[in-house]
Amino acid sequence: MSSREHILEKIRVLKLDQKPIPTIPDFGINEDLQERFRASISSNKGEMITAEALIFKIESGLFPNVFSTVSDFADFTNQPLPEDSHAFANLDLAILRGQFGVAENGAIWLEDADLKFRAIPFITEHLVVVLDKNELVPTMHQAYDRIGNAASGFGLFIAGPSKTADIEQSLVIGAQGAKSLMVVLI
Amino acid sequence: MSHPHEAAEFLKDPAKSKWHDETLWFIRDKRDKMSHTVPEWEELRELASTIKDNVLGNLADYLEEFEQNAIKNGVQIHWAKDAEEHNEIVLSILRKKDCTAIVKSKSILTEECHLNPFLEKHGVEVVDTDLGERIVQFLNQPPSHIVLPAIHLKKREISELFHEKLNTEKGNEDPYYLTQAARHHLREKFLAAKVAITGVNFGVAETGEFVVCTNEGNADMGAHLADTHIASMGIEKIIPERKHLAVFLRLLARSATGQNITNYNSHFRSPEKGKEIHIILVDNGRTAQLGRENFRNSLKCIRCGACMNTCPIYRRSGGFSYKSTVPGPIGSILSPGLDLKKHSSLPFASTLCGSCTDVCPVKINIHEQLYLWRQEVTKAQGTSLKGLSMKMGNGIFKSPLSYNYSGKIMRLALKNLPTSMIYNPLNVWGKQRDLPPVPKESFKEWYQKNRK
Repeated sequence: MSSREHILEKIRVLKLDQKPIPTIPDFGINEDLQERFRASISSNKGEMITAEALIFKIESGLFPNVFSTVSDFADFTNQPLPEDSHAFANLDLAILRGQFGVAENGAIWLEDADLKFRAIPFITEHLVVVLDKNELVPTMHQAYDRIGNAASGFGLFIAGPSKTADIEQSLVIGAQGAKSLMVVLI
Repeated sequence: MSHPHEAAEFLKDPAKSKWHDETLWFIRDKRDKMSHTVPEWEELRELASTIKDNVLGNLADYLEEFEQNAIKNGVQIHWAKDAEEHNEIVLSILRKKDCTAIVKSKSILTEECHLNPFLEKHGVEVVDTDLGERIVQFLNQPPSHIVLPAIHLKKREISELFHEKLNTEKGNEDPYYLTQAARHHLREKFLAAKVAITGVNFGVAETGEFVVCTNEGNADMGAHLADTHIASMGIEKIIPERKHLAVFLRLLARSATGQNITNYNSHFRSPEKGKEIHIILVDNGRTAQLGRENFRNSLKCIRCGACMNTCPIYRRSGGFSYKSTVPGPIGSILSPGLDLKKHSSLPFASTLCGSCTDVCPVKINIHEQLYLWRQEVTKAQGTSLKGLSMKMGNGIFKSPLSYNYSGKIMRLALKNLPTSMIYNPLNVWGKQRDLPPVPKESFKEWYQKNRK
């Protein structure tokens, strides 16, 4: 007998009671979505930033290597999309478009089509996610309703920069992934 | 070794154990504050618990559904009945890929299977990429907490370690500086690795996808840069439908560290072009636990660690005192199922205060199961030292004469005997504690004098 059959058989002989799947009620929040979303991003140690402020930062030379999939910032792209994501090891700034944001926790949904390479939001030194301010949902329940049956090979809720508190519980922003997350609502 | 013995080791450094206690309590407090911002918190816990009830009742069907969908998505599925088979599967994939160095993100299951020593024995370099796990790996230690692997270490120790291993400045204890040193070191490993291993937080039967949550982004750095991604998944990680992720993701990070959500929540469904994803579904004692009615729902655990942060014993005895992959209250109800003899002292490492049960996001009755495991241990082991004193107590309380008489003797003895004799090794209660002052007379004597 294969291990697969062995495991499934060990479960089936138990003949456990089948209990129904509960229905999830319609949970929401009674707050202004944009206000709550901004507060969530800042509590996750991300930063809300205006398009003008971002442009100023880029123009001041803070990020030498820039890649953008967002047309509004396409002019700043000076790194072509490589064959392999390892070539982005020295990328300073990636600008990506998020599909929608979740007000209760600041999570922003992106899929393969928004990412080009799955590694980009992690390998880049700094990350900007651009989001339509009308594309906010209250909680994770509405978020999964919204995703529905979409079948991207990879999907990601990103809520802040890479962070850790593994040394004496001191919060450090910039662990293994992007050292900052800036969110532009347009 | 028993839990009390190991705990005594931890308590030898009072300043550090006090810091450990207070730091974990601080995290528990953050969890409370965060959960209070969600009005439906208790409803979410109930939902999570009943969704898991449904999963445990239909586990075989869900596993088959998950497998079929994953295969449709182009993912390769493997089944392992125990740790040994899991490790062999990992090794065979590495051999096929001609790979001798891997990066691994946090996976308690691979700890449980002792994958690292197995692979190292076969000439594979394993790099743990979670910062806390990398720290304990450098020290050849296991994690002492499932969410905070290096919580038992102070920054001075980490600074010394990094000076030795990563050539950081001697004496520089700044957490930012040390974290950046690890970041540079790990980036090199990520860029070079051909195979990455991750754990799995949730597997969705309906879609065949699995979700991995981190704050550091290390699981994604590994999985997306490597050509092959191996995900090790306990068979109890299944949930029925995608929409159920909402319930669990709302609970997980809030319970674990008191944050709204982990910063990265990655949904892996099919491999990126030209790459491979393998999922290893592991039993290793889970089906046996499923068959134990009293302990079945310990399999609902989503590994948030809230029960550890709140536990008065865990906070004061440290993760290593449990000598089990998953320490703390949840570990003390999971581990006896794997090896009752080895872990026989763990169900007693509890005050049965019930705080673990109160904070559990999936409503596992942890303290009740601890009490039930105690009975299993006693059945299996017979009389313990505690049992002996209970028998003596039974003799004393049975007869009023012997009760009166022994009370008098004890009061006299405690007043007059030298401290060294009272606080002897047999008096376990007197360890780290003072006995209360001895009254002059018994209540009965006082009553007879005053209520005539």
